[in-house]
Amino acid sequence: MNPTLSFFYFLSFLTVLSALMVILSKNPIHSVLYLILTFFTLSGHYILLNAQFLAAVNIIVYAGAIMVLFLFVIMFLNVKDIHEEAKNSLTKIAAAIVGGTVFVILFGAYRKTIIAPADPNTFDSQVGMIESLGKLLFREYLLPFELASILLLVAMVGAVMLGKREIGERHF
Amino acid sequence: MELTEFIIKTLTILVVFVLTLVIAMYSTWGERKVAGFIQDRMGPNRAGPGGLLQPLADAGKMFFKEDFIPALANKWLFISGPSLAMLTALLASAVIPFGSTFRYGGAEVVLQGVESNIGILYVFGVVALGVYGIMIGGWASNNKFSLLGAIRAASQNISYEVAMGLSLIAILMMSSSLSLGDIVAQQHGGNWNIFYQPLGFIIFLTCSFAECNRVPFDLPECETELVGGYHTEYGSMKLGFYLFAEYINMFVSSAIISVLYFGGYNYPGMDWVYNQLTAALGTTTGHNIATLIGTGVFFGKALFFIFFYMWVRWTLPRFRYDQLMNLGWKKLIPLAIFNIIITGACVLFLKPYITALLN
Amino acid sequence: MTLMERAYLPAIATGLAITLKHFFAKKVTIQYPEVKRYLGPVFRGRHILKRDEDGRERCTACGLCAVACPAEAISMVAAERVKGEETLYREEKYAAVYEVNMLRCIFCGLCEEACPKQAVYLRHDEFIPVFNDRNQVIWGKDLLVEDMNNRYTREAWTKEEAHILDRKRADGEVTNVIPRAIP
Ligand code: SF4
Ligand code: SF4
Repeated sequence: MNPTLSFFYFLSFLTVLSALMVILSKNPIHSVLYLILTFFTLSGHYILLNAQFLAAVNIIVYAGAIMVLFLFVIMFLNVKDIHEEAKNSLTKIAAAIVGGTVFVILFGAYRKTIIAPADPNTFDSQVGMIESLGKLLFREYLLPFELASILLLVAMVGAVMLGKREIGERHF
Repeated sequence: MELTEFIIKTLTILVVFVLTLVIAMYSTWGERKVAGFIQDRMGPNRAGPGGLLQPLADAGKMFFKEDFIPALANKWLFISGPSLAMLTALLASAVIPFGSTFRYGGAEVVLQGVESNIGILYVFGVVALGVYGIMIGGWASNNKFSLLGAIRAASQNISYEVAMGLSLIAILMMSSSLSLGDIVAQQHGGNWNIFYQPLGFIIFLTCSFAECNRVPFDLPECETELVGGYHTEYGSMKLGFYLFAEYINMFVSSAIISVLYFGGYNYPGMDWVYNQLTAALGTTTGHNIATLIGTGVFFGKALFFIFFYMWVRWTLPRFRYDQLMNLGWKKLIPLAIFNIIITGACVLFLKPYITALLN
Repeated sequence: MTLMERAYLPAIATGLAITLKHFFAKKVTIQYPEVKRYLGPVFRGRHILKRDEDGRERCTACGLCAVACPAEAISMVAAERVKGEETLYREEKYAAVYEVNMLRCIFCGLCEEACPKQAVYLRHDEFIPVFNDRNQVIWGKDLLVEDMNNRYTREAWTKEEAHILDRKRADGEVTNVIPRAIP
């Protein structure tokens, strides 16, 4: 087996393991930490695919910012020792049904997809590099790109509006 | 060839690693000396000449103190906190270009741990991860003060990362490259970015203070409010690692500042020196000596910024937390966006005009 | 606040300039064990039990110092002078044991004030040394009573006098007080 392949298997094993640990660990903080590990291993996959920019951005945005906020919120919740509250069976059944449905849908969707095999002649190893990504985003996909940015702007304005102090309301 | 390359890379990384550690070690000494001098004192001067053995004495003390883990702390996370802090601090030094190339036996060795075309993003990612050491340690201590310190660290880092990233974008727009090596090479010949980006520099500098948790932004470990902040429960070498990580971060960010804004290993009159040296000593030795001079200049710049960090620390009082947040979100981010717009306009309109004028 | 003040930076630059000035300023540090600062003629250092001109101990074990002591650091055992000891003790009663607990003592000098016989003094020229052991804490008469060959005098009572005396000592004109090696 060549080293890249074995590394891929190792990384995949780690990814699946940490992803499983996210849902299996009892302590929410541990879940978050495993989720961070999952993001790391995913970034490793990106690097294997020679998509360095994606890997770095994945780390910066997901592991570096979003997961910090996750951890932040969960730490606040965890100030007092919350013992595992007994979930009643209705919640459990509902969760099982929802999860199962999603799984079936995903499985069905992926089973049918055909991934075009890479053609070694036209394959460009530099496709994941930031230059080509930038060109693609700002030429072919300019409209969706800008729309996404407007969406984010709207979300930001909304968040600011929600967090704004009303007249007469005191925060401190 | 693969093997020699591998060995050379390993050696470079090892050298970078050791250099970073040594500089961080002596920063602790420097910090106390600077503190002393600024307060009209002498600073440490008992251990060795001029107190130069003080870091060793400190390390010895740290090692022999009781390694205490609070009874209700989460043991593994408690230990992994400082380890993560050290790890993330050291990771960033890998992509810093310490100098141009070194010729040895016909081969050119780049004085940079890893040359990557996303260098600056890598640094940014590692910086973003730096907060985990603090957060995990603070949470695992099972102490309210530690937790508050950790939470402060998290929100502070996230807030200032935004402004930092935005101030960087202006640089990237000018250099149109993410590689630190390229950014340095473009500043050759007195073309330092500081002259084009003074506002961006100030924003970046402020944010790097906040990211390193240095005074005036060291609220995560604010003694007056939080006992010791996130490292309240830490002692022995674990505390040592936290403090050490801070100094490594300081060195790395000083190095990054000098790379991004002060031309890294470039210095005025560099070409002249290079030509003189190569003419006098031949292309190999002359080149190597010129590289060494450049590396020396680079370290001089980085050390100046380390000094600057200390200088500011012993000058300014700490910000209040709401002031910190206001500064980050209401001042620095709009300023950074303004800077981006100005830079974009200049690159688009002013640059062709000036280039046309010059030719 | 004006815009200049709100920009922080001018104020920060001023502050940095001030600290930089101090960075290069002359340091006031005195390198303690090698260089010792003159502590003043009325400094209260270690205790001494004086003898009179004939070498007799002045203390009469009246206990006033022990009563005056706010830290209760002094304890003593009195004894009566027997015939033939007139050269040793000035009064008919003397302190057979006189101990000062140096960990309790706060060097307030009240014992000095209380003594009717001018027997106990706090030296102005010597400290209590650092203790390494609990046994060194309680000082008995062996450490406290004055040595006739090296008497403790306090000639200077003002700072000026003290400086003049110090200069004389440095020039070798006056050699009466040589700090004793402390056991
Ligand atoms: S100096 Fe004060 S505390 Fe010390 S023995 Fe004399 S009276 Fe007591
Ligand atoms: S030292 Fe003075 S006060 Fe104390 S017992 Fe002796 S004579 Fe009395």
